[in-house]
Amino acid sequence: MALLEVDDLSVTFARRGQRTVRAVDGVSFSVDAGQVVGLVGESGCGKSVTSLAIMGLLPKQPGLRVGGKAVFDGTDLLQLDDRSRRDIRGRDVAMIFQDPLSSLNPVIPIGLQVTEVLARHRGMKGEAAQKEAAELLDRVGIPDPRRRLKEYPHQLSGGMRQRALIAMAVACRPRLLIADEPTTALDVTIQAQILELLKELVRDSGTALVMITHDLGVVAGMCDTINVLYAGRVVEKARRRPLFREPRHPYTVGLLGSVPRLDAGRGERLVPIPGSVRDVLAWPDGCAFAPRCARRIDECVGEPPELSLTHDGRGYRCVNPAPVPGTVPPAGTAAPGATAATVAPAEAAEPGATPAPAGIAEPGATAAPAAGGVAGPVPAPREEEKP
Amino acid sequence: MTDSEILVEVRDLKVHFPIKRGVFLDRVVGHVKAVDGVDLRIPRGRTYGLVGESGCGKSTLGRALLQLTPPTGGEVRFDGVELTRLPAGKLRTMRRRMQMIFQDPMSSLDPRQNVESILTEGLQTHGIGADRDDRRRIIGETLDAVGLPRWALSRYPHEFSGGQRQRIGIARALVLGPELIVADEPVSALDVSIQAQVVNLLDKLQDDLGLTYLVIAHDLAVVKHISDVVGVMYLGALVEEASSDRLYSEPLHPYTRALMSAVPVPDPDVEDRRERILLAGDLPSPANPPSGCRFHTRCPWAQPSRCKDERPALREIGGSRVACHYAERIASGELRPHGVSAQVVRPAGEGEAPTAVSAPTEPGSYV
Repeated sequence: MALLEVDDLSVTFARRGQRTVRAVDGVSFSVDAGQVVGLVGESGCGKSVTSLAIMGLLPKQPGLRVGGKAVFDGTDLLQLDDRSRRDIRGRDVAMIFQDPLSSLNPVIPIGLQVTEVLARHRGMKGEAAQKEAAELLDRVGIPDPRRRLKEYPHQLSGGMRQRALIAMAVACRPRLLIADEPTTALDVTIQAQILELLKELVRDSGTALVMITHDLGVVAGMCDTINVLYAGRVVEKARRRPLFREPRHPYTVGLLGSVPRLDAGRGERLVPIPGSVRDVLAWPDGCAFAPRCARRIDECVGEPPELSLTHDGRGYRCVNPAPVPGTVPPAGTAAPGATAATVAPAEAAEPGATPAPAGIAEPGATAAPAAGGVAGPVPAPREEEKP
Repeated sequence: MTDSEILVEVRDLKVHFPIKRGVFLDRVVGHVKAVDGVDLRIPRGRTYGLVGESGCGKSTLGRALLQLTPPTGGEVRFDGVELTRLPAGKLRTMRRRMQMIFQDPMSSLDPRQNVESILTEGLQTHGIGADRDDRRRIIGETLDAVGLPRWALSRYPHEFSGGQRQRIGIARALVLGPELIVADEPVSALDVSIQAQVVNLLDKLQDDLGLTYLVIAHDLAVVKHISDVVGVMYLGALVEEASSDRLYSEPLHPYTRALMSAVPVPDPDVEDRRERILLAGDLPSPANPPSGCRFHTRCPWAQPSRCKDERPALREIGGSRVACHYAERIASGELRPHGVSAQVVRPAGEGEAPTAVSAPTEPGSYV
């Protein structure tokens, strides 16, 4: 039994006179202690709503319906009343938000905001709480923490604010941490600092981390398991390496093809996904990605594809998945009437995942010595994925 | 390189913003040196990429280049014409040849103008096109070039998705037939899959029309992808300038090294193997920049001598231009990096807000 089991979570917003929006539609995933699970997708794919639903932070408004289960350590978070949810939130489950300036209270000093958590959940008061808060700030790498406690959020830089927010989130040593785009508002060098800090937290305290982001690069370096979301559903789930090496869902293939890579040569054209996130098919009418998909076949419309799970915990929601690089696709699944469609994904797969992993490793291999013979901080060694 | 091949030449450009205090009588108490002595040359038909973190002055440099923000000092030569001392009328006619694409297409397009009116305005101002039909023809061709349908003409900006809005922004710049386009964060407000569409469009337009670009972005991967030459800025000055391939394979300035190592690559194998150079602390305030080399407060290679007192000038090292006293000795491995303790940086109300790097949003895209 995993620490958090999200099962068939769905969130709908209904408003009179408007179409009902299914923001999240049957999302399932599980997180174990010490594991990092990624939810990846573009804006509007439901990744943030998923996290808010798990935390019980969606605005209580008529028309909001949350279905499914989110079982954390035996209790279903979605069924809790407000009081017991408040007991769990901040103590066992904590969240880090995207924009630290708007999620910190601007008129309350940092210290008070950190000690508030300590007072609520750990019953600490006065000097003891101050001391603990200072230690927390020190732990997340804020210099001179004693003085910072008396300061207000506007007096800190963006990176420091995000650190303060992380300090608040880890104040009670939560067993589950949900980070919603924790580095999107930050510069790359600061982003690297924060990601390193999160990795350390997971490694040292065995916290389970749900990482929500749109950045495939962040996911590649952080997550053990990745769920790719599109229009409210998980379209592909896989462990880290298989996902990047052999993406099967055309949307994942497309995403990987449209990200410019730092280690790619100049002049390679990107392979964008045509259309925009607005061009979706409602899931009941077929695959939501079908209108933008290069591998569309007739079966895509009519019946929504099932998430087919394979033995090693990977799965994709597609009737005509991209072939595993290096294998010949079964003749039956070749797209009728579209030679272009069969050629395009092959191209699409190219920048992100060429057949030979050695080919990908090449630029990295040349980059590593170029970066220096440097005795800088070495990234944490990761456990190797099981085949 | 002969002079005729250089379209834009910037010499010792400075943009300083005064910091004022006081209620009735504003006292100038200091200056934010947003751009402090930048030299660069952009060859015709090429793309110059400008990267740096928020607050490093890259946007200000782009604006000062087009004289949208008056420079405090220095020269900007566009096709041989010195722009900083040009009278307003002449400058306006020059503007036809240099256009800008802005970051957020929603806030840079007038919500009450339809697309046709947005595109016609520039044509009328510059007196391009003999009559209405002629202008219609020019606008139609521009729409085709940026991949927008003709029916877009009668629509308003809010009716489009983020990617399409950015195409309108590009069309507005393109309709005047400019030679130089300054693109300030052209894709950072867009979703990943849409980013690639716009990047490819910019590439295609350059091939078709022979445009010269100055692309300003914080996303190194995007800049590297579209640029021939990349300049890295730190606190108002260029610290390194190199061809985009060279910048990645052989970064010479310590800041470039750190920046390159911090950019995540969507490939687990690369991510696990490469070494990260984590910088301590934040970007110092441009109102009170460190003495000597601006980067010495965060530099893992900083030396006790020179770095603190002497500001390094850009100098040529094997095809790159680098502003570091010890670039060669760092490259050869003679100097080793050391630990740096973070210094507290005050966001004292100047510089860009932390939200300058915006998340990809497409308002209402799922409704």
